[in-house]
Amino acid sequence: MTVTDRPELEGLGNYKFGWADADVAGATAKRGLSEEVVRNISALKNEPEWMLDLRLKGLRLFHKKPLPTWGSDLTGIDFDNIKYFVRSTEKQAASWDELPPDIKNTYDKLGIPEAEKQRLIAGVAAQYESEVVYHKIREDLEEKGVIFVDTDTGLREHEELFKEYFGTVIPVGDNKFAALNTSVWSGGSFIYVPPNVNVEIPLQAYFRINTENMGQFERTLIVVDENSYVHYVEGCTAPIYSSDSLHSAVVEIVVKKGARCRYTTIQNWSNNVYNLVTKRAVAYEGATMEWIDGNIGSKVTMKYPAVYLMGEHAKGETLSVAFAGEGQHQDAGAKMVHLAPKTSSTIISKSVARGGGRTSYRGLVQIDEGAAGSASTVKCDALLVDQISRSDTYPYVDVREDDVSMGHEATVSKVSEDQLFYLMSRGLGEDEAMAMIVRGFVEPIARELPMEYALELNRLIELQMEGAVG
Amino acid sequence: MSTLEIRDLHVAVGDKEILRGVDLTVRSGETHAIMGPNGSGKSTLAYAIAGHPKYTVTSGSVLLDGEDLLDMAVDERARAGLFLAMQYPVEVPGVSVSNFLRSAITAVRGEAPKLREFAKELKSGMDALSIDPAFAQRNTNEGFSGGEKKRHEILQLELLKPKIAVLDETDSGLDVDALRVVSEGVNRFRASGDTGVLLITHYTRILRYVKPDFVHVFAAGRVVEEGGPELADKLEAEGYEAYTSKAASA
Repeated sequence: MTVTDRPELEGLGNYKFGWADADVAGATAKRGLSEEVVRNISALKNEPEWMLDLRLKGLRLFHKKPLPTWGSDLTGIDFDNIKYFVRSTEKQAASWDELPPDIKNTYDKLGIPEAEKQRLIAGVAAQYESEVVYHKIREDLEEKGVIFVDTDTGLREHEELFKEYFGTVIPVGDNKFAALNTSVWSGGSFIYVPPNVNVEIPLQAYFRINTENMGQFERTLIVVDENSYVHYVEGCTAPIYSSDSLHSAVVEIVVKKGARCRYTTIQNWSNNVYNLVTKRAVAYEGATMEWIDGNIGSKVTMKYPAVYLMGEHAKGETLSVAFAGEGQHQDAGAKMVHLAPKTSSTIISKSVARGGGRTSYRGLVQIDEGAAGSASTVKCDALLVDQISRSDTYPYVDVREDDVSMGHEATVSKVSEDQLFYLMSRGLGEDEAMAMIVRGFVEPIARELPMEYALELNRLIELQMEGAVG
Repeated sequence: MSTLEIRDLHVAVGDKEILRGVDLTVRSGETHAIMGPNGSGKSTLAYAIAGHPKYTVTSGSVLLDGEDLLDMAVDERARAGLFLAMQYPVEVPGVSVSNFLRSAITAVRGEAPKLREFAKELKSGMDALSIDPAFAQRNTNEGFSGGEKKRHEILQLELLKPKIAVLDETDSGLDVDALRVVSEGVNRFRASGDTGVLLITHYTRILRYVKPDFVHVFAAGRVVEEGGPELADKLEAEGYEAYTSKAASA
């Protein structure tokens, strides 16, 4: 039996977050992109002139730059049909009860208030459509000078600090989608951790698209000052619609001398979202940047979190896990750019394809002249659950220094008949056995996740594997 | 009281017929040894009963307490009370022994054991087989030595408590001490209740520890001779030569 014989178990039917709220704001929002739309966003936000100029520059560069000719097929994106800005509530809530009932209901269903009550998180941001609707940070962190606000507030209330870093890690014209984000960005998180502050529990953000054909363009900027630590966790969901939405975020991170930043994403967009995200960090002397990147949902994802290793002994690490089911293409990986001596990087990528889905690992390791004594390890493993799915590996290496150490390992494996037989001969049903094999396969990454996200990942694997067996 | 009834079983791998009409009945309280030279079809019998997809049953029947095992999926057979201790158990990377065993127990018993009870049960099972406690946190069968793999299989046998256990070459690759520990495990299982054992082996040495009630000699996909434990002694002295030449001329 092939997967296609069991359509009732396939793809979208599994998606737990696919409901849509009735929404007035989204339904009436304007479609298409123009200078007027960009000026309007900036005016609504009462932004300084320099930001409007930057947005207009982004718009020009967006129109000028071609779609990428590599990676996934993006020709299906109808830029004229997308709603670039949806304001769903006039004012940000300071408590859950103040949220409009529809929105509150959404986040209740997603389990956020519980997590906050249980103090699993040090601060939480909830973005609904274009703007952050709820935001809170623990008082003790605020007293230590930690800033955790939505990016619009960051610009308004911390303009000097903001301007110093905004657009410095990812320039406005970096790529077509970074330019698009710069022109219409709204929401996202702005985080500043002062020197010598250890934020022990994660800061968390939750992104939700509700409107059909919505484009969400959040912009996140994180600055971790010397010898500090922060872990930021984000999750993403959207309703199931028959036509596509676009999520195109830009995330810039600055990790200063001796500091460490960990950024965890579990994106579980519905299967009609184009997820085209630019994420990049700069790590200075002795700093560590860790990307933990889980791609489970979306129609197409193109995302290659990058670390630019700027100072001696800087470290970059990307752990990436991707699932592609029917109609999905996860084109994900990492970029490590070694610009200083004795820097090190690690990329570990695990992907699972089933039901005709496609996973691609695409990664770049670049070691510039002068980055002597640097080391890089890349390990990518792909698991194919059936005969109709596909996995590719595109590892790019550019080394201009002799004294370096490089390791690369890639494997593609199939779930073996013998593994399934062994587990089933111990009483496990076929789906259960398959889910156990897949869970085991991604375990090296799951164990790096915060507990509730590890559990969520396991649950998602089980849903994904229902009826997956050919 | 359980009965495994194998009637006129024919099994092929691809186009090649391996089993050519096997009849065998195993009742609770009985231990049957199947002995025979390499390639005689002993392991094929084990995997065909358990339902490995590589083996096609072309005719015959296998009943467990009157229920047709051949109509059941592999997992249904296990839940019906059949267990196969494998000669080459496969690795399951990233899945700890403890997680694997708890999932198996949950599946076979139909409900998850309470964590504390499971921990107790697991510890006493591991102690009895002289297995190091750290073993429970290792990945299932990954990097296990031959002896560890066999102990792990017998641990499962003792935890899952099947009605009928098929042990495929459980003695192969074991040194004397490991053979004794594993055999003691099988004997504990035999003594624990109404269970039947089908012990597949090439050599007679495990039969010194696990005394069979019946011995069946396999050659060229058939049972060619049957007897009591004394038949094993005869094989020890004379080898399989007489049977293989007889089968070849048949």
